This record gives sequence, structure tokens and C-alpha cells, in this order.
Amino acid sequence: MEGKYKVLEVKQSVFADNDRQAEELRKELKQKKVFLLNLMSSPGSGKTTALTRTIEALKDELRIGVMEADIDSEVDAETISGLGVKAVQLHTGGMCHLDADMTRQGLSGLEDGDVELAVLENVGNLVCPAEFDTGAVKNAMILSVPEGDDKPLKYPLMFSVCDVVLINKTDVLPYFDFDMDKCRENIALRNPDAKVIPICARTGEGMEDWYAWLKEEVKKWAE
Amino acid sequence: MHELGIVFHIIRSVETVAQENQLSEVAAVTLEIGEVSTVIPSYLTDCWKWACGRTELLKGCILRVETVPAVTYCEACGRTYGTVEYGKTCPCCGSGQTYLIQGNEVNIKEIEAC
Repeated sequence: MEGKYKVLEVKQSVFADNDRQAEELRKELKQKKVFLLNLMSSPGSGKTTALTRTIEALKDELRIGVMEADIDSEVDAETISGLGVKAVQLHTGGMCHLDADMTRQGLSGLEDGDVELAVLENVGNLVCPAEFDTGAVKNAMILSVPEGDDKPLKYPLMFSVCDVVLINKTDVLPYFDFDMDKCRENIALRNPDAKVIPICARTGEGMEDWYAWLKEEVKKWAE
Repeated sequence: MHELGIVFHIIRSVETVAQENQLSEVAAVTLEIGEVSTVIPSYLTDCWKWACGRTELLKGCILRVETVPAVTYCEACGRTYGTVEYGKTCPCCGSGQTYLIQGNEVNIKEIEAC
């Protein structure tokens, strides 16, 4: 066997192949003027509630499409379609994250030429979705108050890839030992550029700041 | 299943390299995996065996894993220390102003092929 095989130096990150596909997808989205937002969080942080409220507020101004990524079930896509916007359910088949290729497939299901804002609701998980670039223009994550202000320290990569962090469920702040200043500090340690917006998707508190950020980013992308 | 997704990406990358270099058989792939990359080598090896068996190019291909130690740098005192042992707080000066300089790699180092 010796001598039959030669050694080839590859020296390439395993993520390089996905990163390349993500870059290509972003270029196409720029041409088509489609803003893709990758929304990440742990399960139960209020992603679907926050998204539902956002859609209700913005659907008259923007053409919105949603891709729901879940290991199984159609629950979230049904909730979103009920609002009168396009929604597709992506089944990851047990996979814990979405990559650029799966995202591209989802976008084709949305007939992406026709939407201005495409939202990818990623799998509820703070680890793997952070490692795979989906091709999104911006990454957002939701951290809810009951999860604790130390999450940025426990999941540093997630916080370092996010452009905006929404701190949800501010209505329950009196019942938890959640220190908002400490949380901002912990986020800044991992990502000084991240914008932090405290919100309550249930009551609507703080949501205007989030809508303003989102509308501004969509506008900038289409310029 | 995180490792399975990673295995699919490795296979795709190796297939590209093989095509570019007109290779028809890959006998071994060597990876560099950082200590804090969140990838568990034993899971990766199990997924690898299953996934490789489904391709012509990589049938029976061996996966070798080299571990890259995790090292953190402290901005406050300028020293470095082992991340796995001490975490985010510098053991020399107690500062939390630290960042990882190596240890989250998931790289394909080299392949043996013909």
C-alpha cells in the first residue's frame, strides 16, 4: 500500500465550503434586493411570538416571507401563514442547524423575487446555528429574561455573530434576578458592535425600536 | 446531530479537492479539531464511517483527528493560558477581558489519495 497514496495538503476550514455558498447567496440577494434576516434563539424564548408581532406591524409596508426551520412539524408555518404572509416550513431532518444550501432551497420555495424581507426562523439552539453562515444579510438573536443575563458568557459564539440582540420578556423582569446592565456588559465583552434592544413581544414594549432597526436595514440593503 | 452535518461538509470539500486533482480514491483524511470547537471526535468518527460508506470516492476512508489545544489571551496582563483549565477568567490577574486565540478550529489538514 505504501507509495500508492500521496499526501495532499488541504489546509481548509470545514466551514469554508458553506461560507463560499453563503457568500454567493448574499450576492444574489443583493441583486434581487431581498433582505434575509437569520433569527436565532434557544427554544421557548418567544421567537414565533416576536416574529408574529413584527409581521403584523410591518406587513403593510414590506412584502414579507418567512422560512420556519424545525426538526419536525408544521406548527410555526401554520401560525405565520395565518397572518397572510408567505411561509414555508423547512424540515431539517434531525439536523440541529441550517446551512446556506438549505436556506437557498427554502428561499426558492418563497419565490424570493417577490419578497423584500425574508426571515429565516432558525432551529431553536444557541450552539450550532452560530457556526453555519446561512447567507443572511443580518443575524438577530432573541435572549429571554428567564434564560439569565449570563448567556452571552456561556454561548460566546452566538453572541459574537449577532448584529442585534433582542432581550425579550421584559414584563417578567421583576420576578427574575436578571441584571440588564450586566447583560449588556456581557454581550459587549463578546461583541462590542451588537445592538441590544430590550423588548416584550407580548405587550409590545420596545418593539418600535426593533421595527425601526429592521426597516432601516432593509432600506439600506435595497439601495 | 451536529457532527453529521459537519461530516457532510467535510465530504463535500474533499470531493472538490479530489475533482480538482483528478483523484479517484481517498484513503485517509486528517482533521485539526480545536479543544473548544464543540465537535466531539468520537461522534465525528461514528458519523464518518456511516457517511463515507455511501460514497464511491471515500469508501473505507480513515479519519484521523489531531487536537489543537485551546489558548486564551488576556488583554489586561498580556499573558496566555489554557482555556479548558481556566475558562474566561485570567488565572494570572483575574480579568475577564480575555479572548480565545486558538482552539475553535475545525480544519481539514491533509488527505492521502491517489
